Amino acid sequence: MEAKFISHDDTTGWLDALSEQHVVLAPMWDNTVVTFRPHVKGRTPVLDRMPVLPPKEGVFPQNEMLLKYKYDKDPENLDRTSVQVKETLPQDTAVVVGARPCGTRGMTVFDRVYNCEKIRDPYYVGRRENTLFVTVACTRIESTCFCHDVGSHPADAEASDVLLVPVAGGYVAEPVTERGNALLDSPFFAPAGERSAEAAEVKEKNRAKLPAAHDYTGCGEKLMDRFNDLAFWEEQSAKCISCGACTYLCPTCYCFNITDESVGLTGKRLRTWDNCMSFQFTLEGSGHNPRPTKAHRLRNRVNHKFAYYPDLHGGAIACCGCGRCIKSCPVSVDIRAIVRAAQTYTPKPAPEGGDER
Amino acid sequence: MSTLEQLKEQIRKALPDLDVVIGWEQGYDAMHATPLFIREEADIDRLIWSPLCVHSLGTYLTGLTKSSKVQKVGLVVKGCDSRAIVQLTQERMIPRENVTLFGVGCSGCLSHARLEYKVEQGGHYVEDMHAITFNGDKVEVAVDGGVESFDFDTVCLEKCLTCRFPNAIATEHFAGEEVPVAPKREKAPSLEAFEKLPLDERFAFWQDQMRRCVRCYACRNTCPMCVCRDHCISTSRNPHWVSQEASTAENFMFQMIHTMHLAGRCIECGECQRACPVDLPIMLFRRTMVHAVKDTFNYVSGADPEATPPLLTFKAEEDNINERGW
Ligand code: SF4
Ligand code: SF4
Ligand code: SF4
Ligand code: SF4
Ligand code: SF4
Repeated sequence: MEAKFISHDDTTGWLDALSEQHVVLAPMWDNTVVTFRPHVKGRTPVLDRMPVLPPKEGVFPQNEMLLKYKYDKDPENLDRTSVQVKETLPQDTAVVVGARPCGTRGMTVFDRVYNCEKIRDPYYVGRRENTLFVTVACTRIESTCFCHDVGSHPADAEASDVLLVPVAGGYVAEPVTERGNALLDSPFFAPAGERSAEAAEVKEKNRAKLPAAHDYTGCGEKLMDRFNDLAFWEEQSAKCISCGACTYLCPTCYCFNITDESVGLTGKRLRTWDNCMSFQFTLEGSGHNPRPTKAHRLRNRVNHKFAYYPDLHGGAIACCGCGRCIKSCPVSVDIRAIVRAAQTYTPKPAPEGGDER
Repeated sequence: MSTLEQLKEQIRKALPDLDVVIGWEQGYDAMHATPLFIREEADIDRLIWSPLCVHSLGTYLTGLTKSSKVQKVGLVVKGCDSRAIVQLTQERMIPRENVTLFGVGCSGCLSHARLEYKVEQGGHYVEDMHAITFNGDKVEVAVDGGVESFDFDTVCLEKCLTCRFPNAIATEHFAGEEVPVAPKREKAPSLEAFEKLPLDERFAFWQDQMRRCVRCYACRNTCPMCVCRDHCISTSRNPHWVSQEASTAENFMFQMIHTMHLAGRCIECGECQRACPVDLPIMLFRRTMVHAVKDTFNYVSGADPEATPPLLTFKAEEDNINERGW
């Protein structure tokens, strides 16, 4: 497989061509912010920044119809109803263009859960296998970026099919998978030649922009040491307002909710993103909630990513370090600071607290 | 003594009688502040007061004052923030006697969204901003090794342009000098522009905007006046009033719920829009409602502790509603 070059001007033409065969999701100005949107012919994608919303939408959409249903009432006996159900498995092939390495890498967190020996989620797998990721290496490192703390870097190609590295005048496109390589088989590309060396420099330079990596080794145990220390979690969650910004924007948050949305006698069964910071998360039918306060819920979000998930999946941290949850949190809750607080915890002289339940 | 020093002094004196005082501290970088929960004297050192202190801390009250552990709460409040407390008190939503307010006079807060837009327009990357100084009516930002200067009015929150209550009202303490009441605009410029659109264009505007709402409810949860908290009808499962589907129509529906439930209550703090991760201009709804309430009931929410909110009273015959004429 050979690296290719595509000019800025040709990028839109390439996406136009791709969109004839696939659903192409690309970052676009959506009024004042950049979000992933279906590519519209002729519209230039915005590839110079991290989109506000995560690329998971391409494989795990916020609204996924699982099935449609229709009730029929027996006109002879109105107490008798029959129901027709139609499964709606995803059929499209898709290309997600313009995710950052962190966002694309977020899909690996999903894969271990929805496409493994125990579970093969047909909707997830259906989309995942039919979706390719064309990722753009980062040149703009933000104060909230910490991919390097969680074992990645600004040019990481893990889970990508193609990596675009910004160079003068365009991108060096490095194929990562065979299917990615096939995407580059297009007249818009020329051999990268000497530009490959420039691409290597760009990667090097941007990697160097990040500060020294924080060591999360052993953070899972440290977080679990604090599991029953609700005072710790109350302190950490005091300013949290229990919204869904952090989880909905997170490339690795994979919890979902299923509801039946009916209109009259017809309706659809819908899978939507769930949010562990909400009071409704794990709210049981009886009205009991094992996570009754925001302290319990923030504990779940942080521990899930840095303790429970790594424990179940060979040490893999379920956070790709994109920083969206920090940047978009209305009150600037910083997940890095919470994990660090657990790592460096020293008991206070007179501990207070206990379980509020 | 600076406002901040006075504020610290007042908090230091009051802290022994309070379980917590909420103010602001520096956040994860030079550009952001974050709420600070002061429980011990040592925490007071971290307190800051600047145009970065955007958050309306009254949003924590309805939750905190219900907690068994926290009885007495102190809050640092700007003018707009204090209006939320006045309104919540009138509605008997908070035990006001357990709340101690530390008021300040405010010359406006920074809109990160507007500043970032300006900085990009100037050919810089927003992540290269590494320091910010507020210098009277100028904002100076260290970016790319140089300094960019902006008029504060061009990068402040829009609400600050129309603010008539910059000084906190009905507080127990007040730090620093009162600032002059000098609204720069009669009406928010964005609303003025929006109202010029014909009806069909307004509808198209919202269809284009509301599509990207992810229904994270940050707008609702950050709102100091949203008191239903865990029991909001928008997320109640049973009954399932509002669909889980994040579609344009459902998203719009939720905004209508929020706006209607805030009728005569919204104090125009703008927190809902500031909190929105996808920058939806939802203050247009809130401001429209605020103007409607003013026109109909001649009432300004949270402005006068002695007033009775229109929805908490009843008149057989409203002055400005011609009910018989219907
Ligand atoms: S975005 Fe921030 S305030 Fe909202 S739930 Fe997450 S941590 Fe809490
Ligand atoms: S937890 Fe935060 S930083 Fe980590 S992947 Fe999710 S949004 Fe990004
Ligand atoms: S904060 Fe914004 S995205 Fe979230 S629910 Fe409100 S309007 Fe929608
Ligand atoms: S609706 Fe918005 S402006 Fe009105 S009180 Fe709530 S957060 Fe403030
Ligand atoms: S939108 Fe209405 S019901 Fe929901 S929290 Fe706000 S005031 Fe309560």
